[in-house]
Amino acid sequence: MMKKSVMAVAVAAAAMVPLSQAQAADYQIDTEGQHAFVQFKINHLGFSYILGSFEEFDGQFSYDADDLDASSVEMEVQIDSLTSNHAERDRHILSGDFLNASEFPTATFTSTGFESTGDNEGVVTGELTLHGQTQVIEMPVTLMGEGEDPWGNYRAGFEGSTMLTLGDFGINMSDFPEVMHEVELYVTFEGIRQ
Amino acid sequence: MLRNTRSGWGVISILFHWLSALAIIGLFILGWWMTGLGYYDPWYNQGPWVHRSIGILLLLATVGRLIWRFAQPTPAGEGSRLEQAAAHLGHIALYVLLLLVLTSGYLISTANGRGISVFGWFEIPAVLYDLPNQASLAGEVHWYSAIALMLLAGGHALAALVHHYRYRHTTLSRMVNPRYSRTSL
Repeated sequence: MMKKSVMAVAVAAAAMVPLSQAQAADYQIDTEGQHAFVQFKINHLGFSYILGSFEEFDGQFSYDADDLDASSVEMEVQIDSLTSNHAERDRHILSGDFLNASEFPTATFTSTGFESTGDNEGVVTGELTLHGQTQVIEMPVTLMGEGEDPWGNYRAGFEGSTMLTLGDFGINMSDFPEVMHEVELYVTFEGIRQ
Repeated sequence: MLRNTRSGWGVISILFHWLSALAIIGLFILGWWMTGLGYYDPWYNQGPWVHRSIGILLLLATVGRLIWRFAQPTPAGEGSRLEQAAAHLGHIALYVLLLLVLTSGYLISTANGRGISVFGWFEIPAVLYDLPNQASLAGEVHWYSAIALMLLAGGHALAALVHHYRYRHTTLSRMVNPRYSRTSL
């Protein structure tokens, strides 16, 4: 048993080493310094918007200005870290009526492609798993800046947003008006080059 | 009349008991009903508002009730030694469950650090908040401890009736009529 898991770790490590050497521009999303946000915005009965965010998530990306096609990003979001500044509403959103956080505790995004659409702009395509269901989504993204930070690291930062149809992820919004069937997902983060 | 003696409950204890019973049963029914309401129901926001307000008043009353209980004599139990020990444990469990239901309810509504307004008269601040998953966990505790409390309260009522009708004890009468506290031992 012990031997097997040691082997597995060794194999995994061996597999990972060439990857990280091949891609010089691997970034860790700066969740430690909280220069990263995953927010949502959804209409409320046509009156206004509910804004909220997920406080716990992690991820990394690869980005190289000279090889944009090789760009990729991966994120994992802890669903129960959702907050909309109202504990009872948060509890309702996390309940089986909507996100069902106890059964589907994480949402993940894994990019499958990137297409540059202009200076510092592009579209990330990838698989978003939310509420246990995986859909291919596209998210237009913008490179906001990159360079040395004041503390000796190299950073690159992005933002992007996209509209998600909640029904596509098996979240039933039929009790609510049409304007609430979609949610805007907004993501911005800095990565620290590893 | 106001105070307890070894032979009976005073008016204050009797009022605490029956007003709490009324509030507890009312809150349980209201809680059950309001959590099943649709988003568009006029009571969707009003129900929880009343539930929270009465819940906080009951929490404050329960703290007062416990202080009064410890400060005052407790009327002597009736029945066998075993029955009295079981009754004592049952009463402790009732208090513990009641406090658990009340504090877990408080922790749901204050999970983000917002206080609870009691009928708009005054506000109770949040003291423990932003714990991981607080509203959902407190919600689970609130639900299951409320059910346990109702079951135990049912047993409590049944025991009172058995005392009264089967053994002809004054257990139930003492909780209705403060006159028993006047008989000195």
